[in-house]
Amino acid sequence: MIHLSDISKTYRMGELDICALCGVSLTVKAGEIIAIMGPSGSGKSTLMNVLGCLDRPTGGTYTFEDREISAMNDDELAHVRNAKIGFVFQSFNLLPRFSALKNVEMPLVYSGVPSKYRTERAVPVLEKVGLGDRMEHKPTELSGGQQQRVAIARALVNNPPLLLADEPTGNLDSRSGEEILNILVDLNNQGVTIMIVTHDHDVAARCKRIINLKDGQVVGDRVQA
Amino acid sequence: MNFLETFKVALEAILSNKMRSGLTMLGVIIGVLAVILLVSIGEGARVYITKELTGLGTNLLIITPGKTTTSGGFHPPSAGTVRKLTYDDAQALRRRAWLLTDAVPIVLGTGRIKFKNLGRDTMVIGTTPEFQRVRNLFIGIGNYVSQNDVDTKAKVAVLGTKVKEELFGDQNALGQVVMLSDARYRVIGVMQKKGTSLGWDVDDVIFIPVTSGQELFDTDSLFEILASTPRAEDVERAIAQIKNILIRRHAHKEDFSIQTQGAMLSTMDTILGVLTAVLGGIAGISLLVGGIGIMNIMLVSVRERTREIGIRKAIGARNSDIMAQFLIEAITLSGVGGVIGIILGVGIALLIPLFVTVLPTSVSLWSIAMAFSFSMAVGVFFGVYPARKASLQDPITALRYE
Ligand SMILES: Nc1ncnc2c1ncn2[C@@H]1O[C@H](COP(=O)(O)OP(=O)(O)OP(=O)(O)O)[C@@H](O)[C@H]1O
Ligand SMILES: [Mg+2]
Repeated sequence: MIHLSDISKTYRMGELDICALCGVSLTVKAGEIIAIMGPSGSGKSTLMNVLGCLDRPTGGTYTFEDREISAMNDDELAHVRNAKIGFVFQSFNLLPRFSALKNVEMPLVYSGVPSKYRTERAVPVLEKVGLGDRMEHKPTELSGGQQQRVAIARALVNNPPLLLADEPTGNLDSRSGEEILNILVDLNNQGVTIMIVTHDHDVAARCKRIINLKDGQVVGDRVQA
Repeated sequence: MNFLETFKVALEAILSNKMRSGLTMLGVIIGVLAVILLVSIGEGARVYITKELTGLGTNLLIITPGKTTTSGGFHPPSAGTVRKLTYDDAQALRRRAWLLTDAVPIVLGTGRIKFKNLGRDTMVIGTTPEFQRVRNLFIGIGNYVSQNDVDTKAKVAVLGTKVKEELFGDQNALGQVVMLSDARYRVIGVMQKKGTSLGWDVDDVIFIPVTSGQELFDTDSLFEILASTPRAEDVERAIAQIKNILIRRHAHKEDFSIQTQGAMLSTMDTILGVLTAVLGGIAGISLLVGGIGIMNIMLVSVRERTREIGIRKAIGARNSDIMAQFLIEAITLSGVGGVIGIILGVGIALLIPLFVTVLPTSVSLWSIAMAFSFSMAVGVFFGVYPARKASLQDPITALRYE
């Protein structure tokens, strides 16, 4: 499904070139659930952003479902982000002015789904993450765990084959974190490919594959039982 | 994302900050209001003057002594003396210029009219009977100056209604004797009430025979000759005829000028058109300032909503979607401001003549259409830069923006 070959991302800081990713090669098959671990600053978020088509790598090639991402223009990338990849952020990133339902409907707006069909598609997804009774609430009227569930619903509403989550439980207490993780594992059982960045070994323990990053390089890649 | 959708998003953004949106719109509202108002005042003046001049008859020809050339300026004839227009010139035109219906000699001056202990300085016009027809001014009571009065230099006077009221009040003026600059004149008629025309109070005038007028002002020349043709198409040929007759009478020199009412009309029309354009242009500057206000607010808004832009891009918004969102927001601000400005502008323009009678206004459809499209254009012009700035943001940089 995903093939990264020698991906690098360098930032120019004055005279110095800092590489956040230094030659990462990686293959992900459909249906996998992967934890990405590593010390702070090791390049985990950078990798997720590249995978999520939010950021362009400075070198290497990225193939997603047999299509060359590195060669795509802005509009094609927007389409991939909209239809193929759901992204869950540590800080939720919901639009504060809109209700939970409107936030979840937002990706459908950009897929060109007419407004009357949007609600009927967004409601079941919100129910699936357990927020059937909070749909008209604004983000500020929801707890952190609930906000993250809205964000997951938003990421899922277009049925993307890949879900990326960058420290989805990082801002949550352990119980809410557990619930979020359950949702993600559940989704993986339904066939969605999932990659989770985490510092939490309990979270990693529930993933079948763990990739370790250090200084922008893959230093460990193992499959556990 | 379709247009209606984008429009809804833009409207939500505008309504989410009513105070700011209102103030931004105010700039456009004032600009559009000023354009509509000043253009309607300019147009009003044009329509008013056109109507007044047309009321005098477009087939009117005015012959004045002295030569003005097309190169502009007044050229005194080389001989050193301007040959005057005389009563006989007018008579010659009346007899021989068959294209003319009338050729009315006119002398003009001011005089003091006295009746008993009341006195008044007014304009005195010496004319012939045809004056009534040429200038659309008609006798109300009694008789106007007759040809016989002209021939005999009769000391008779026809009063404008204002002069009559000032001197006689409700009394009958007919047959009374008034003093006009030390000469005794008998009142034979009072004109119909006409009011002010082009700043001249037509009712504050005394009419006397042209020959008596020449005597009164101690001159043998005329102020002008008013002529008219039955049809507008005859004006050109009539001019040729007049020139032909007068040049021969004036020792083969063209030492007079002929103006036509039509030409004066189009000159006035041009001048007032330019005036309107200038007024509109000045008002347009305030609309431009309003546009800069929109640009300013949009730039602030783009900056404030950087994170929103990042989020929207992360979930699949294309650059063009973001561009459309902000552009439509700017156009909506200026468009709604434009509509409010038009409503206020038209309203005030229609109210002005009710309170300030000397200021006629005319609201034309084209000025409304122009003000509206101009305000929309302002939205587009000043919205494009901020919208483009928003759309080109890198998603990850935008998401990280605090
Ligand atoms: N915009 C940027 N400009 C310069 N350097 C950057 C930029 N973004 C990231 N980096 C650098 O890239 C490296 C990797 O950052 P990244 O955010 O991927 O780390 P991380 O593994 O997600 O860390 P954490 O666990 O703390 O979230 C860091 O050293 C960081 O300083
Ligand atoms: Mg990170």
